[in-house]
Amino acid sequence: MSIRSILTLLGPFLALVVVYGIFGAMKPAMFTPDVALSVLTQTVIVATAAIGMTLIIISGGIDLSVGSIIAMASVAAATFVTKGYSPFIVFAGTIAFGALCGMLNGGLTVGLRLLPFIVTLGTMQIFRGGAKVYAKGTPVNLPFDNTHYKAWMGGSGLPHGVWMMVALVIVMTLVLRFTRFGRYVFAVGSNENTATLCGVNVAKVKILVYAFGGAMAGLAAVMNMAKSSQGDPTTAMGLELDVIAAVVIGGASLSGGEGSVLGALIGALLMTTIRTGCVLNGIPTPWTEVITGAIIVIAVIIDRLRHRRAA
Amino acid sequence: MPSDPPPRLQMRGIRKTFGSTIALGRVDLEILPGEVHALVGENGAGKSTLMKVLSGAHTPDEGEMLFSGEPYRPRNPLEARARGVGMIYQELSIAPHLTVEENIVLGMEPVMGPFIDRKEMRRRALEALARFEHPDLRPDMRAGDLSVSAQQLIEIGRSLAMGCKVLVFDEPTSSLAQKDIERLFLLIDRLRDQGISIIYISHFLEEVKRLASRLTVLRDGSVVGTRDVATASTDEIVAMMVGRSVEDLYPRTERTPGETILEIHKLAGATKPVSADLTLRRGEVVGIAGLVGSGRTEFLRTVFGLDRVRSGEIVMRGKAGKASPRGRWQQGIGMLSENRKEEGLALNLSIADNVTLTCLDRFGVAGTVSPKRQQAATQTWIERLGIKCQGPTQKIGALSGGNQQKAAFARLLQHDVDILLLDEPTRGIDIAAKARIYEAINEAVTDPQRPRAVILISSYLPELFGTCDRIAVMSQGRLTRAVPVGKLTPEDVMRVATGKADDLPDSSS
Repeated sequence: MSIRSILTLLGPFLALVVVYGIFGAMKPAMFTPDVALSVLTQTVIVATAAIGMTLIIISGGIDLSVGSIIAMASVAAATFVTKGYSPFIVFAGTIAFGALCGMLNGGLTVGLRLLPFIVTLGTMQIFRGGAKVYAKGTPVNLPFDNTHYKAWMGGSGLPHGVWMMVALVIVMTLVLRFTRFGRYVFAVGSNENTATLCGVNVAKVKILVYAFGGAMAGLAAVMNMAKSSQGDPTTAMGLELDVIAAVVIGGASLSGGEGSVLGALIGALLMTTIRTGCVLNGIPTPWTEVITGAIIVIAVIIDRLRHRRAA
Repeated sequence: MPSDPPPRLQMRGIRKTFGSTIALGRVDLEILPGEVHALVGENGAGKSTLMKVLSGAHTPDEGEMLFSGEPYRPRNPLEARARGVGMIYQELSIAPHLTVEENIVLGMEPVMGPFIDRKEMRRRALEALARFEHPDLRPDMRAGDLSVSAQQLIEIGRSLAMGCKVLVFDEPTSSLAQKDIERLFLLIDRLRDQGISIIYISHFLEEVKRLASRLTVLRDGSVVGTRDVATASTDEIVAMMVGRSVEDLYPRTERTPGETILEIHKLAGATKPVSADLTLRRGEVVGIAGLVGSGRTEFLRTVFGLDRVRSGEIVMRGKAGKASPRGRWQQGIGMLSENRKEEGLALNLSIADNVTLTCLDRFGVAGTVSPKRQQAATQTWIERLGIKCQGPTQKIGALSGGNQQKAAFARLLQHDVDILLLDEPTRGIDIAAKARIYEAINEAVTDPQRPRAVILISSYLPELFGTCDRIAVMSQGRLTRAVPVGKLTPEDVMRVATGKADDLPDSSS
């Protein structure tokens, strides 16, 4: 890792350590293994979706429909389970479902030459509406015997979901750094005209990136279903903002060409830390939103200053 | 002599530094009443800084300025204009939603109590406009609806309405069409005859020769000399601007054109080009001259597959090939676009990523890329082209313009193309970088193992005549034959470019 990328991550990492420390100083229970485990576990859903969102944002796009994809995919996953499919099929099917949603986003953005913000604003409603229509407004409950899924987001020790989250971060960091596709994602986000001039298939890169984002949302949906033992079409309302916030806190630029998956993980951890810290200290939930919002603004300001100094 | 009126403007011993950078060393400049005085110099020579000192945007570290013999120390551009020095910049500062007359009096509106004195405003605007004799310019027109050249007149009018006696024009013709340029020149003549002093900054020595009576050359922050335009030759002026003789600037070893490598037959694009034929051989540089808007860039973009081909053939080494950027790079054709910031470089990626973007498949297997190998390959070009940077991993946006352009050029060398399509490759960069790129072009076409071929678009005739073997001219979407440089004069080229002639002189004569 270059010095510059370490420094870029240092900011969010320090913020995480400091915030965790402050909450811990107020309530030492913060430092117990149980709470730490809870923070990690509760980060899984946002972090998984944020991994996909990081690529989308690096490529210069954005996906506001991720919360809705998670909702629709949760319903799909729960439906697969109730139909008796094996866990492998449930995972694969939900991920594929999410990928299809993502491809729709990518296809519309590329094919109609519309701003991703506008396209995903629309699909955000379409997907959630679709979920509610299919589930007829009520959650799809998992059968009682679903201990397999419970282990992904709960149980004793480190849940599978946390390992999965960490493994994904490592894999995608390598992909972004060491593959041709990763270089193309950065190039398209940094300057689309340049990428076109250099013969990069910009349309293909964009569709793949949105499909990947959708796939990650699908995976996050399985985790969501595992945690709540149901597929609820009203779940994950507003989650897209948490996901985007995590990516931005982690150092990505909304204009594209910059970002890191590890940074997104740190950003997601930071937000869970704030939420958990507030709960432990009995601070009312609205304050969580105020603090999280303030952190995002500070992160963006720091990002701006960093850019201006380098210019 | 005491009875002579003092010069309109005197700048003596002006020195300006920014930290450790010496922007202006010790500049002396004298402008007489009613003269057009050209200020020439390469990018980075200090022209903008000097004019910023003159307009009060910068305060000099040392030196003094006199206006009609009186001390002149403006603290900001508005004060400068009130004293009588008006600036007309390349980027116009027009309020598009206001009318012509409102723009002319902007900042110093005549008032009657709390209200604007519209009658006085109309009077001042008409007075200023009267000098222009422009048929269509009326005070009540909306400024945003007007053409660029008309907007420029509004800016000039603003300075004249304030009674400016010195007008500074900074590269005023870069976004004007030929007709408007002629009109501007006539206006400048007229203003000069009315006793106004004009400082004219331009790259284009043809314009300098047409308008100015004297010229001052700046180089690296110092005055190299002041000459009378009538007696100074272009070669002498260029040598002063550049610090080396013309032969040294455009290095040229023996060119021996070889096999035909590219044939373009009756190429027509979406709107331009209308019709273009060109044959390119290994070992030669073919230049394309022409005015802004004639279709040269569109031609290159169509050849490269960035713009749609409407009809015609592009054949490389006997094969038609896919007309897309990806296809062209694969065929061994590379392109350097005319605006690297918008289309050419990815500014927040590293130098290595930028240089190797077209050939990433050479740096790993099965879709992987080894950053170390990217960096090693890029380091070779950094050394060969003298790119001043902290290393291949530095963000390319941090480099100076000249070094960025060298890196963009390095991409074509790294990909190892056979044909280089270059669109204004030395525009807006410092003289040392220009020289290096000319060297690289020469090396490419005289390579003993595998001579390359180059198509070069340029608006700068000395550059075309210095680097090219043949020159073709694009005029209103039509490309003439390419004629050997030895059989052409700059006037031949300009005659075709401006439409006064249909074709270049017969090369067989």
